[in-house]
Amino acid sequence: MVDLSVNIGKLRMRNPVMTASGTFGYGFEFDDFIDVDSLGAIIVKGTTREAREGNAYPRMAETPMGMLNAVGLQNKGIDYFVSDIYPRLLKYKTHVIVNVSGSKIEDYLYVAEKLNDLESIPAIELNISCPNVKTGGMAFGTSCDSAAEITKAVRKAYDKTLIVKLSPNVTSVTDIAQVVEDAGADAISLINTIMGMAVDLDSRKPVLSTVTGGLSGPAIKPVALRMVWQVCNAVKVPVIGLGGIMSAKDALEFILCGATAVQIGTANFIDPRISQTIVRDLNTYFEKNNLKSIDDIRGTLITS
Amino acid sequence: MEVRKLIEDFSISNKYFLNAETFVLELKHTNMLPPIAPGQFVEVAVENAPHTFLRRPLSIHHVDYENNIISLFVKIVGEGTRKLSLLQIQDKVNMIYPLGRGFTLEHKKKVLLTGGGCGIAPLLYLADKLKENLCEVDILLAGKSSNDILRADAYKKFGHLLITTEDGSLGEKGLIIQHSVFKNNLQKYARIYSCGPERMMQAVARLAKAAKIPSEVSLENTMACGIGACLCCVVNTKNGHQCVCTEGPVFDSSELEDFQK
Repeated sequence: MVDLSVNIGKLRMRNPVMTASGTFGYGFEFDDFIDVDSLGAIIVKGTTREAREGNAYPRMAETPMGMLNAVGLQNKGIDYFVSDIYPRLLKYKTHVIVNVSGSKIEDYLYVAEKLNDLESIPAIELNISCPNVKTGGMAFGTSCDSAAEITKAVRKAYDKTLIVKLSPNVTSVTDIAQVVEDAGADAISLINTIMGMAVDLDSRKPVLSTVTGGLSGPAIKPVALRMVWQVCNAVKVPVIGLGGIMSAKDALEFILCGATAVQIGTANFIDPRISQTIVRDLNTYFEKNNLKSIDDIRGTLITS
Repeated sequence: MEVRKLIEDFSISNKYFLNAETFVLELKHTNMLPPIAPGQFVEVAVENAPHTFLRRPLSIHHVDYENNIISLFVKIVGEGTRKLSLLQIQDKVNMIYPLGRGFTLEHKKKVLLTGGGCGIAPLLYLADKLKENLCEVDILLAGKSSNDILRADAYKKFGHLLITTEDGSLGEKGLIIQHSVFKNNLQKYARIYSCGPERMMQAVARLAKAAKIPSEVSLENTMACGIGACLCCVVNTKNGHQCVCTEGPVFDSSELEDFQK
């Protein structure tokens, strides 16, 4: 019998497959296609203190084996989440994790405190890596001092499982990972999107209204694997790997590099069933290869 | 009426070109099709096209429930649609469908459908359903020249066909809004439906508004998921940014900020 369960902080997940924030709505959007409860956890949209309209259209550009987005954290704010969305999420038996975003530390704290009171939200993912907002967002995640400061502050205000999502748009991701671990994060997820841009030659304009955006999809998988491997070697807390995962094989590559769990992001746009397919294919792989648990394979990359 | 969205394989039962860059794909399913509203769309997976990472959102041109066939009217604009044009009869095509909200269907009323370019795609199925609802259907198709007026015979089956071309090679000469149908007694129509270039739809919507007639337009913003998850395809509405894929692609023009100018 295969046991795919993993622990992330105080969270026990039935399998290591999660969905990445901003790619899975609130789960409802996928109810027609999969049994959301078959997943280890879902991470719902980035939620901020105030409602946000996000950036102007166009917010998306298709790129070779990937896409750029500049959505800019469109959401209706934490109060709407608590009153209108949270009650609808109670139908899910799997863990529902909220991605927490903001411009100022006080805003992150406000949202984190509200979520701390919601019984059925067992964890948050602190987004200090959104490249698509003018203030805050990625700015917190690109210096060790600010990453440590915000993690410490939220740690004090939030006593359930705290995941911190890191940006790849930094010189040394391991330095950031270490200060975030020291500041009290229970787990680290990476990578958020890589800053990029797309140009329309005909109009001689950038494709995105914001000029730059965040690149995701298989195009970024090699960068994500490298960073996950480096961070796994630098911290003791569990690492959640993401970046271009399209199959169980991709997911297993991240686990080989040391990831305890994985998030499926952009792939959800192309095949809304993919997350559940990956759970199924992981089971098959474990059975075929006589693996009993994630620990039988996690971090077993042979480098010499 | 929320119909469950499906992700399924279809096989190509027919494909024919209307001109060098426009073709119709007929996609057959083995089972009965779910109820599909005119104006709804599909997200088509394009295989073996390295630069086509995302599915292609395409509006539903027609539905044949007897034979379980969905027709798509496709213009080749890039690698994805070019790959689709190369598919052969019996090739498999994976689609997510039916997506979005369609047009409001009038009953026993006189209605005007206006289409330009590949914007005529959803109007065929719309005209069919309106005729079924005992509406008196006028269909105005517009193009630069007679070469751009495609499928006229198909549209004729469901209503009275009007044509306008910029060079006057077919029908009246001029832009769509210069057609005589807009010059006299527009109030006889209970609703005007429009699909085509955004400026064309804005111009038609302005005339409808001036005549105090409800008008609906179908938008085609670029999208990634088609199911309301990515929030990439938003349009400015009176209620803020809304996803074209779930709140649209059909909107009442009075809801859209860019249509109020």
